[in-house]
Amino acid sequence: METATITLAHGAGGRASDELIRSVVLPALGGASDMTLCDAALISNPGERIAFTTDGFTVTPLFFPGGNIGRLAVFGTVNDLAMVGAVPRYLALSIIAEEGLPMESLRSVLREVGNAAREASVRIVTGDTKVVGSGAVDKLFLTTAGIGTVGGDVPLLSPDQACPGDVVLVSGTMGDHGVAVLSAREGLSFTPQITSDCAPLAHLAGVLLAAAPSLRCMRDPTRGGLASVLNEFARAADAGFEIQEDAVPVRREVAALSEILGLDPLYLANEGKLVAVVGPRDADRALSALRAHPLGLEARAIGTVNADHRGLVVMRTGIGTRRIVEYPTGELLPRIC
Amino acid sequence: MRYLAEFRQGGLVPGLVDAIARLARPIRIMEVCGGHTHAICRYGLAALLPPEVHLVHGPGCPVCIVPTATVANAVALTDRPEVVVACFGDIMRVPSPRGTLLSRARGTGRVHMVYSPLEALDLARVSPDRQVVFLAIGFETTAPSTAMVLRRAWKDAVSNFTVMSAHYLVPPALRALMRHPATRVDAFIAPGHVSAVIGLRAYDFLCADHGCPVVVSGFEPLDILHSVLMILEQFQRGEATVGNQYRRAVRYSGNETAMAAVSEVFAVADADWRGLGRIAASGLMPAPDYGAWDAAQRYPAPQSDAEDSAECRCGDVLRGIISPADCALFAAACTPENPFGPCMVSTEGTCAAYYRYRDV
Repeated sequence: METATITLAHGAGGRASDELIRSVVLPALGGASDMTLCDAALISNPGERIAFTTDGFTVTPLFFPGGNIGRLAVFGTVNDLAMVGAVPRYLALSIIAEEGLPMESLRSVLREVGNAAREASVRIVTGDTKVVGSGAVDKLFLTTAGIGTVGGDVPLLSPDQACPGDVVLVSGTMGDHGVAVLSAREGLSFTPQITSDCAPLAHLAGVLLAAAPSLRCMRDPTRGGLASVLNEFARAADAGFEIQEDAVPVRREVAALSEILGLDPLYLANEGKLVAVVGPRDADRALSALRAHPLGLEARAIGTVNADHRGLVVMRTGIGTRRIVEYPTGELLPRIC
Repeated sequence: MRYLAEFRQGGLVPGLVDAIARLARPIRIMEVCGGHTHAICRYGLAALLPPEVHLVHGPGCPVCIVPTATVANAVALTDRPEVVVACFGDIMRVPSPRGTLLSRARGTGRVHMVYSPLEALDLARVSPDRQVVFLAIGFETTAPSTAMVLRRAWKDAVSNFTVMSAHYLVPPALRALMRHPATRVDAFIAPGHVSAVIGLRAYDFLCADHGCPVVVSGFEPLDILHSVLMILEQFQRGEATVGNQYRRAVRYSGNETAMAAVSEVFAVADADWRGLGRIAASGLMPAPDYGAWDAAQRYPAPQSDAEDSAECRCGDVLRGIISPADCALFAAACTPENPFGPCMVSTEGTCAAYYRYRDV
């Protein structure tokens, strides 16, 4: 019998657990409720390089404008695979639910997981469900692990490949997700409503790869934002990164709310954007390719790689001065992805 | 964005910088607002000024000047199961011997971040079985909103709401600063938002008693450059007056309604400033009529012996005597993750701004 909330029995491995998996989890994720469940999924060896990654998701609230923890859990892992040039294939999904979570919340999140997996063309082939006592987690935590395949013609994409003269691109506006989650969590109403940019990036990444053979690396600027990614790149490449403040695309309403709250969009999370470094000769072609894609309409070249201030990210401000863009320090916003 | 983009136009910078260079003279200009310090560092404005024009940073960050003992007392309140401490986000990270409010928020759930004092009062209304203590920080800018909320709590007889006041007044601190023998300041960039409340008259004594030109400034890079120019123009004319660069927000007489609310609800008292010590008539405590909403009366705290590190030179930084880089701890032992003193604690603190926005 199905209860209205999650109970510890749902995680105890008995009949209630089985019922939960068959009546709630499997249907949402595209499985048959009477399918035979094994201890592990068997997947055929594609004979290519394999990309493998995992990510945990603890966002509060579970639903926010433009997204929810279910979509984040799928796209977060799919995007990490895409950033190394992989085609995402399979996901594992681990659910940790708090006792007392309304069954309907779990259902709606899993529905979103299923939809997101279809959008991103990945299959969820294995998983696990645990229930912990009230207060041990905040409502619902999800962890996904993902496997993708990397075609033989895909170069090694890594920030240490970046060299002086290269161009830094972003695929769109910065900070949308961070502000959307913050507004939802703190009940800050704002017109027009700011929505999360959460989206699967594998197709966009594929387009960029095809357009720019000299692509050095890509990364999705999630927690820590653009500032973190550029600092990681600068250290890995042992090169200087210089960006133009005016070139970084930021939505008007995100800029306005950031001003009010004293936040810097450079440090805010994104869930549907990528930062890429390409060789100078491919820069224009790469930018046009990004802009021709629905997820890259607002792509911009924001700066260049140099040999001057190795390991540091420097910003040329709108008034012509310059300053270091530091790694984010401490906790900018508690728990946003 | 209106009111922002116009004041960040790079094209207008060279003209202003040239005008400043023409009038340049050896001068030390102190700004007394964390927002100004932040903007000066964020836009690297010092690099645009002639070498003889020095910007020095004053005690303008309301989080930084809250004594450690006040934070420790607020943290101690969370030991009481019935209490919820409501506070602004930026004070939550400030360390004290009893830990931070942020760590208590996670550990006990008895700390609630709010964006306005009204939210704290609303929290009290919906939690009749809890005692909500609002830790009220800020200068004259935020005191009026605390006053309005105390008025409302009084009117509606909300009995499970109190205010722990850490409201401070800027002009008495400037007076104390100018009387300190080590202070070397020739002119002031006065805080924009404080002045929107208290008006221009409150700074007259700086001109009359100390011969310092004062300009109330906005917060964008062009505002601050323009204010530097207005100060140099005063020197050129041999004047010392209170100028108003921030006309889009500040009126000569300030905001009388806000000031009336503050004088009704609060009484002026001597107050301890972190890094500066006790300053006469520089703090606001709930007036006797509002004693029932005064957290200091409902929860008398023991005298704290919380001391700041002896090597920490934040007191000298707050007085503009040294720059953060002159402190041996800066960026070595003392960083935003591990702050020794007040100026590194808050993102608006001078040391934190220097750390975050240093040039290559």
